[in-house]
Amino acid sequence: MTSWQNNRAARDARIAAGAGLARGKVVEAHDVTRLLEAVVRPGDRVCLEGDNQKQADLLSSALLAVDLSKVNDLHMVQSGVVLPEHLDLFDRGVAKRLDYAYSGPQSARIARMLFGGKIELGAVHTYLELFARYFIDLTPHVALIAAVSADREGNLYTGPNTEDTPTVVEATAFKDGVVIAQVNEIVDTVPRVDIPADRVHFIVKADKPFFVEPLFTRDPAAITEGQILTAMLAIKGVYAPYRVQRLNHGIGFSTAAIELLLPTFGERLGLKGTIATHFALNPHPALIPAIESGWVRQIHSFGSEVGMDDYIRARSDIYFTGPDGSLRSNRAFCQTAGLYACDMFIGSTLQIDLQGNSSTVTTSRIAGFGGAPNMGADARGRRHPSEPWLKAGAEADPDGSALMRRGRKLVVQIGETFGDKNVPLFVEKLDAIELAEKLKLDLAPVMIYGDDVTHIVTEEGVANLLLCRTAQEREQAIRGVAGYTDVGRRRDHGMVSRLRERGVIRRPEDLGINPLDADRSLLAARSIKDLVHWSGGLYAPPSKFRNW
Amino acid sequence: MEDLNFQHQVRARAGGTRQSAIVGVVASGNLEVLVERSLPDAECAVDIKTAAVGFGAVWSAVIGDFVERYSPGGLKFSINDGGARPDTVSLRLAQAVRLIAEAGQ
Repeated sequence: MTSWQNNRAARDARIAAGAGLARGKVVEAHDVTRLLEAVVRPGDRVCLEGDNQKQADLLSSALLAVDLSKVNDLHMVQSGVVLPEHLDLFDRGVAKRLDYAYSGPQSARIARMLFGGKIELGAVHTYLELFARYFIDLTPHVALIAAVSADREGNLYTGPNTEDTPTVVEATAFKDGVVIAQVNEIVDTVPRVDIPADRVHFIVKADKPFFVEPLFTRDPAAITEGQILTAMLAIKGVYAPYRVQRLNHGIGFSTAAIELLLPTFGERLGLKGTIATHFALNPHPALIPAIESGWVRQIHSFGSEVGMDDYIRARSDIYFTGPDGSLRSNRAFCQTAGLYACDMFIGSTLQIDLQGNSSTVTTSRIAGFGGAPNMGADARGRRHPSEPWLKAGAEADPDGSALMRRGRKLVVQIGETFGDKNVPLFVEKLDAIELAEKLKLDLAPVMIYGDDVTHIVTEEGVANLLLCRTAQEREQAIRGVAGYTDVGRRRDHGMVSRLRERGVIRRPEDLGINPLDADRSLLAARSIKDLVHWSGGLYAPPSKFRNW
Repeated sequence: MEDLNFQHQVRARAGGTRQSAIVGVVASGNLEVLVERSLPDAECAVDIKTAAVGFGAVWSAVIGDFVERYSPGGLKFSINDGGARPDTVSLRLAQAVRLIAEAGQ
């Protein structure tokens, strides 16, 4: 007779094999490698929680130490490849295949290992895309996750950095998988239940708290006049005319400058309450002055940020918090919010080509996609109208029927024409194409496709690509804000000035902005210490950002 | 290091009465600009000492656009460049013109 419950039986057998090492669900830290040897099978799909910020570092070290005759050739399905151990697994042969989304800190090594054939690459995803595949064809057999605390039954408190955990556990626990959690402490009662105990099979107390990277802190002291000018152009040239209230910001210095200009430059323009009120955003410290000045009504977060816990707790009108008072983040929901409920994404990139395609890949670094392609894409399934969305749609298709015309999400690329070490932002051909050819990929790793980009903002001006009617106009609009890069200097001056007359390109003077006013005194906070003052002492920056 | 020099004929004399001004700092990615009112009204000169070699064409474009836009007649600019981006150079030059255009000695 056919059995229809083989997977459940296999899951029960794995748990039984591990149970010998546990008291109840609790396993001692020194037994974790043995636990993994008992529970994990060769070739398993394993999610080793590897988020954008939070890392199950104890479990990754333990997995790295397994006996290769018992555990090998794993297929890792994790959003973040962040710790050196994540790649050591492939060097050692514990793992063979990889599907992931983000690899920022390991971008150079992962590129070398892909070229060297050490990793069999499935695909590089966006977060939401990888999460989606957890439920279709990349469901983990075993999930190794990180939480702040557990009670003895296995209820987990994930704390402010909940991030990916609920999604990973949902996919694993409800499809006959095994969930193992590392926790900072075991307590009688958890502050709140983020993951119910019946979805957790083993818990391990780690000797030290799990690692969290402060990814979203930008020191205002490092913001340049060029970034301030670019931020002024964005506020007056994009936020104001479209009245963008619901949005997501990237993590660069240009968007940090925008956050710090809202209470000063934005206030003077009378924009308070009409722009930048609702965010899908991590708790950026740079947004504190705008929050304290009453600009921001609500923020939902993908993760948290180191040092922001007490501030968030004290500003629960703004952030999502649990009954215990601390932040509840959730990457899958926040990505969905950014995709469907935000009217604008604005962020920086490393390379933009003549069609407006952008990429953060260079031939020696593969940083992955993370969330930007989701944030920076028109959601084709969106149906609710809003003023910015309808206005952008009308600009793209002025002759279309108003009742049948799709709106457009504003997807804004912002940056200085020359980046770090004077590397030009604008290029004739993306490095991503060369990389795809070298690695024989089916697709070049494009962060945001040109047909999704609506505006490009540089210190030279704002290019509105929605108003371009031909590929040639689009190219010249991009060249027209590309400054003194090779791409910019090869512009057709006649065509660029005609585009400027039509408002496709707007220079600082067209927007009533004098570049000489782009001064650091415009920043609401000019240092990390200023941010601490704005927060009333609630923001506690990590030591690497303290210089007092 | 590379030394560059540009001479331009300009439409009009720069405003103001100040004789000299200095803006910016010599630092990586930044530059210092000394401007002196020392030339005939229809002339402008820019002397550049730069840490970044091989960017003559970009400097030429930046200085050309600057002279066209601000008509800095009678002014001599001496630039100490620490590899600043072109937009930073444009900004410092504009700041120098604004400063020397103020009333003063």
